Amino acid sequence: MKSGRFWAWIVFALGAAYFFIPLIATVEFSMRMRRGAYSFDAYQVVLGDPRFQATFIYSVVAAIFTIVLGVLVVVPAAYWIRLRLPQLRPVVEFITLLPLVIPAIVIVFGYIRMYGSNSPLPFLASETGANALLVIGYATLALPYMYRAVDTGLRTIDVRTLTEAAQILGAGWGTIITRVILPNVLIAVLSGAFLTFAIVIGEFTMASLLNRPAFGPYLQNVGANRAYEPAALAIIAFAITWGCMSLIQILSRFAPRSANRPN
Amino acid sequence: MTDISLSDHAVAGKTAPPADARSMRLPTQWLGVAPFFIFAIMFLILPTLYLMLGAFRNDAGEFTFENIVALAQPSIVAAYWISIKVSLASSLIGAFAGLAIAIAIVRGGLPEWIRSATLTFSGVASNFAGVPLAFAFLATLGRLGLATVLLNVLVGFNIYAHGFNILSFWGLTLTYVYFQIPLMVVIIVPAIDGLKKEWGEAAATLGATQAQFWRMVVIPVIWPSFLGTVILLFANAFGAIATAYALTGSSLNIVPILLYAQIRGDVLHNAHLGYAIAFGMIVITGLANVFYIWFRTRSERWLK
Repeated sequence: MKSGRFWAWIVFALGAAYFFIPLIATVEFSMRMRRGAYSFDAYQVVLGDPRFQATFIYSVVAAIFTIVLGVLVVVPAAYWIRLRLPQLRPVVEFITLLPLVIPAIVIVFGYIRMYGSNSPLPFLASETGANALLVIGYATLALPYMYRAVDTGLRTIDVRTLTEAAQILGAGWGTIITRVILPNVLIAVLSGAFLTFAIVIGEFTMASLLNRPAFGPYLQNVGANRAYEPAALAIIAFAITWGCMSLIQILSRFAPRSANRPN
Repeated sequence: MTDISLSDHAVAGKTAPPADARSMRLPTQWLGVAPFFIFAIMFLILPTLYLMLGAFRNDAGEFTFENIVALAQPSIVAAYWISIKVSLASSLIGAFAGLAIAIAIVRGGLPEWIRSATLTFSGVASNFAGVPLAFAFLATLGRLGLATVLLNVLVGFNIYAHGFNILSFWGLTLTYVYFQIPLMVVIIVPAIDGLKKEWGEAAATLGATQAQFWRMVVIPVIWPSFLGTVILLFANAFGAIATAYALTGSSLNIVPILLYAQIRGDVLHNAHLGYAIAFGMIVITGLANVFYIWFRTRSERWLK
């Protein structure tokens, strides 16, 4: 067991090195903008850029809409499948895995052809439509994560017993969902929401091909034209993702203890 | 069949579960899952089918195999080949490294905080893909990157003089591994957690050595999850474009970048050839998916 622990430390140290060196290097690079001294100039330039602010806000709003859409689509389905239609589970799991398998670029290619200006459902004929299509596209990208998060949350609770107990106590469906099920899977929904946010915030392919003024295409544009700002942006992007994750962890401490590890 | 508006989804999503299942069993049963299926059909399945059918049509709308045959031209074959190589290399490296890390943090006797810190970090890093990841690796292993410079100054080893280039196959693979390893860790840790303590005790009671326990219990139980995840990582890398595009521009001609250029500007001068490329991508990742599902169902038996 002693040598096992030794190897575990070695593996962990190697992994940590691989993952931290690029982060350290990026921080270092982002501070090289001023000759001969480390400075935060690159961050100042980036944060002061009005296009940064505009595209960032755009992507945050898109992410929020994506999360709402994702919850509305996934939570009822996942609950209902656990409760009444377990035979549909394989089908639904298959569908939720599809976005991991059909590349985003293919999905958005399909959208462009199917929902173009001349189609029966011309999403791309208007700004609002294109924005809606981007949110929808993001929701499909997030589908595997959202579904798995919610389904895992439902797995840790006994959906059937809870539902029946609530029914015996006279609760209607609305009460059951909002006051029994949802609080129990809240952490799961939040972690799904976090993942969605992380995926959406810097997403490039869909936003770029739908010509949306989102953060991802902005990042790519800066990367193609500047030297030090991209490193600063990478650190900012990483910090945002990290911040969300920490927030979820803090939140989970206040939520009911349902997301315990199975063992 | 596509005239269902968005607001209908939302309404259905709210009212479906409360619909009383006791009175009318069959129709209301389906209401709860209706928003999900409408969404999936409209925005996932139909657009994909549209492209797949388009791959078998010519401009006049007639059925043809010409587009598929046209995929055989050298530039497109080369793009597929390098995509497959990068995906395979990054998924295999990511899978074994991820498995090693997962075993180390779950069963290696490391302090508890390392486990939770690693899992948190993996959650972040597995999503730290796309454009910012490319920036990070340019800052690390680009010509002026920290690792490049330090290796040169401290050890006197110039990786660029020895044939390494961040804008190459290995550069891209090494970059992809950054999100492949954490993805493996996130997926495989629950599988390793699923190894019940009782199994170890039972094996020990029956006189098994630690090595026997691993060979005859742990590996067979983890194996399907592991293989399934390798395939998932493969598909994950195969469809990725943002990292490669930001890293190499269009100098490394992988399939998604070719398709991106085609969607933007019809560089192949044949819209249906674009469909065929998309079709080819779906076939490759679709085959992977079939295996994934198969392995997944096998592994889930043990993880209940």
